[in-house]
Amino acid sequence: MNSSILPGPLSTLPWRVLIPLTLLTCFGAMVLYSAAGGSLQPFATNHLLRYGVFLVMALIMSLFPQNLVRLGAYPAYGAVLILLVLVEALGAMGGGSQRWLELGFVRLQPSELMKPVIVLVLAAFYHSLPASMVGSWRALIPAGVLIALPTGLVLMQPDLGTALAIVFGAGVIMFLAGLPMRWFVGAGVAAMVAIPLAFIFGLKDYQKRRVTTFLDPESDPLGAGYHITQSKIAIGSGGLDGKGFGNGSQSHLNYLPEPHTDFVFATMAEEWGLIGGLLVLLIFGIVLRWGLTVARNAPDRFSQLLAAGMTATIFFYASINLMMVMGLAPVVGIPLPWMSHGGSSMMTNMICIGTLMMVDRWTKTGNRSNFS
Amino acid sequence: MKKRTTPAALRQTFDRRSFAIGSVQGGVGLILAARMGYIAVAENEKYEMESESNRVNLSLIPPRRGWILDRNGAPLASNEADFRVDIIPDRLVNAEQAVDTLGELLHLTPVEIQDLKDKLEDSRGFQPVQVASGLDYDEFAAVSVRLPDLPGVVPQRGFSRYYPTGPSVGHLIGYVGAASAEEYEEEPIPLLVTPGFKLGKDGLEKQFEQTLRGQPGARRVEVTASGRIVRDLETREDVQGQAIQLAIDGPLQDYAARRIGLESGSAVVIDCVTGDLMCMASMPSFDPNSFSDGIGRVEYKMLSENDRVPLRNKVLKGLYPPGSTVKPMVAMSFLEAGLDPEASTVCTGGLRVGNRVFHCWNRRGHGRVNMAKGIYQSCDVYFYHFAQKLGMDVIAPMAHRCGMGQQFPLPVASQFYGTVPDPAWKLKKYGREWQPYDTVNATIGQGYMLANPLQLAVMAARLATGKKVMPRLMLDGSQPTFDSMNFHGNHVEVIQNAMSDVVNGPGTAGRARLPVDDILMAGKTGTAQVVSLNVSSGKGGPWKYRDHGLFIFFAPFNNPRYAGAVVIEHGGGSGAAYPVARDIMTFLFDPAKGLEALHALEKQWGGTAQERLAARYSKYAAEAGVDVPPAPSDPATLVKHVDAEARAAAQPAAMATGAIRPRPDPVAGDTRTEPDT
Repeated sequence: MNSSILPGPLSTLPWRVLIPLTLLTCFGAMVLYSAAGGSLQPFATNHLLRYGVFLVMALIMSLFPQNLVRLGAYPAYGAVLILLVLVEALGAMGGGSQRWLELGFVRLQPSELMKPVIVLVLAAFYHSLPASMVGSWRALIPAGVLIALPTGLVLMQPDLGTALAIVFGAGVIMFLAGLPMRWFVGAGVAAMVAIPLAFIFGLKDYQKRRVTTFLDPESDPLGAGYHITQSKIAIGSGGLDGKGFGNGSQSHLNYLPEPHTDFVFATMAEEWGLIGGLLVLLIFGIVLRWGLTVARNAPDRFSQLLAAGMTATIFFYASINLMMVMGLAPVVGIPLPWMSHGGSSMMTNMICIGTLMMVDRWTKTGNRSNFS
Repeated sequence: MKKRTTPAALRQTFDRRSFAIGSVQGGVGLILAARMGYIAVAENEKYEMESESNRVNLSLIPPRRGWILDRNGAPLASNEADFRVDIIPDRLVNAEQAVDTLGELLHLTPVEIQDLKDKLEDSRGFQPVQVASGLDYDEFAAVSVRLPDLPGVVPQRGFSRYYPTGPSVGHLIGYVGAASAEEYEEEPIPLLVTPGFKLGKDGLEKQFEQTLRGQPGARRVEVTASGRIVRDLETREDVQGQAIQLAIDGPLQDYAARRIGLESGSAVVIDCVTGDLMCMASMPSFDPNSFSDGIGRVEYKMLSENDRVPLRNKVLKGLYPPGSTVKPMVAMSFLEAGLDPEASTVCTGGLRVGNRVFHCWNRRGHGRVNMAKGIYQSCDVYFYHFAQKLGMDVIAPMAHRCGMGQQFPLPVASQFYGTVPDPAWKLKKYGREWQPYDTVNATIGQGYMLANPLQLAVMAARLATGKKVMPRLMLDGSQPTFDSMNFHGNHVEVIQNAMSDVVNGPGTAGRARLPVDDILMAGKTGTAQVVSLNVSSGKGGPWKYRDHGLFIFFAPFNNPRYAGAVVIEHGGGSGAAYPVARDIMTFLFDPAKGLEALHALEKQWGGTAQERLAARYSKYAAEAGVDVPPAPSDPATLVKHVDAEARAAAQPAAMATGAIRPRPDPVAGDTRTEPDT
């Protein structure tokens, strides 16, 4: 285990992902600089600072030994679950919905932490589950409970986007853990039935409106459809090479809602055009491909599932956000990793990256002791 | 399934399934790239346009209106640079407070503040409401400095319409105002709802709207989503509307309007050679300068309550029994029918027609009367006698030929025809046969006969010249030629001489003689009774029962250059009309002498028409206070309202069957006009 702090630690770092990631963050900072009207404040500096802090955190994380991580999986899950309950309780006492805990120096959003933690705990669960039981109910029921508790709590906040992210991450783990294919087919069919029902009975009015508007944005161009329409105008008017750095009229004249958070990609696309957009997609492609490679090369079941789950979480963030800004998905309030301004999503994504680097280090140091 | 339950099998599954997930991720990436390419490249043009239309706000600059010029090129309507303050209701945060602050800064009266509050209540959205215009620079600056505290208040520089002679041209030229909802519906272009844009609401301003309007300028500005202006992009200057030139003589128009003075009436002067309408004055009037800001409640109430209908153009829409002013025309019809001008009858003060006695205005009788004396002494019996012999079929066609019952090709919204009765008309209208007494009434311009002052003036011009003079209002540089009326022999001269004798000889209007050497004016008096003698004598008593005073004229009598008509409503007789005509013609030939007479009169009356109107308004406003119902949003509708009433009143409601008892034509007590038989 102590082999990790051996000479040449720099050379062992996964530069093939850190360089693109840093580039993406710097690009994000430039977009934020422009969105702030050509100013480092209040977004860009913060953004870079956070990236720096969380990068250090990720590098430290990557040094954790596997035993520790696996042992810590359930306690971590329990702790985050308690935090979620706490948020819910505080919200109830405060007389409204609340998603974060005020810790003085940072606003901690436990539901964000739950995204990597659910991956971690499920990886640990399927790691410890005997191979012969993978096809039985014992592979499903405990995992189902592990997923249902945080999902339920997050839905109560209510935060549909995060709940979907948790379910998606968990689903990918279960899929990769080798659960029978017919279960997924069955779940898919069930979902097809359940989604319309959930739409009618489960969603709040504003959430329903987002979905209907997504299906027909022009039905309400100045109301709920405004976001999608303005975002498409921003991306579309950027053209091939954009309007030029600092010249985006959609973002600077406030036509684009949330130009620095959820719609940061539209802000970028307006000024950098298709070329900028393809660059961002390419970097995400590199990062995700690296993540899956790490997962496939991972020495054991736990680290495989862990790495693949983390990759899936990043993928979920990026793809839902991009589909949303391009009018392919309803507005669900999910930021774009490494580009959107916001501490919580930066933390979550850097935890994912840190975990991937950790698994990568486990692979490289040849630690196969825990493969059973 | 059982075979996969080994760790090795699970690892295989993982490899397979992770490959699938990788493929899905790659696929999503490709879809996103394709989608973005489609939006950004294929649909680029569409979205670029939408982005531009977001960013750029086109605001129109109202064009400067074309001037309205008189025959000498002097402006009757021009534009004045103007400081103005508008409110955009949607952007107001605290309307009450903003209005109060503005009231303080701009020294608005409580009435004006109330008007403003009403307008704000009725207004919708982004359509600006004018607070005040014609501000001086200090007031404008005071508002501009306070702008940060007054969201929604917009101080602007612009142009406002200016009518130098105010009420004198009110009916003729009309006025301008902001477009109403109906006008916008009719012509839905953005210019109509642009702040500061005014369009013609009445009179020539409305008739020549498209000529006068011009091309709006445009200012392109970059705006934020909330509508804040970031910067100016480019500005296109407006193109001023074209000027129109009238045949009206500005000073004469003003003089005539002012000379009518306290009376309610109208005056028309026609150039006999060209048909140019040199003056079409109708009083009392309104001040179009104050109308263009939207009519205030007090002003509206004052004008609508006035029984002298200041909102009606009496030149075209005032219909009056022409009275004795038709006698020269009737005489001409006799001449053309072959009557010898020396043919005479004896007037004993009355004539029995059927079983009624029709009186002459002079109960003592005129003795032996030939045509000339019949005209200059206005002897009714002469006309009763010969009209019965020759019949209405001789008189009515001549009335039509002279312009009565006709409309003229003028650029005005409406002219009232009036009535020239004949047997066919009566049968159609009342289903009764024409009676001899109808002819008798018609020959002295009473009964069913109605005409407007313009028709009377045209009749005077045609009789004076023997030519078919057509009135025109616009100068177009052409010199019109008129067909002859084909009057025979010396008939025109007979009438000219007889009408000259009315003024310059032993006639009924000796006081109308022009105080100008060498120029003799010819004319004919008329007194039209409004109610029968047993209601009122027509000379005193309640204003609305008094007789109308009429006078038609032309000068010089033997070579007519100018002709015209003056009608004074309820003036108590022709004595109210011909002094006005005399002074107007004096002004035309000798302006200094004319003005002298006017200034003396205005001293008695208390100022010019404009001054008196302003004084009346302030007195009225002080009495009325704020508790006055608000004015209709569009004064044009109220003018129409008045029109409708006027039209209904224009036709005699009941059949006139009785004998008219003509009023003494010369004003009693005016010794100079006593006929010296």
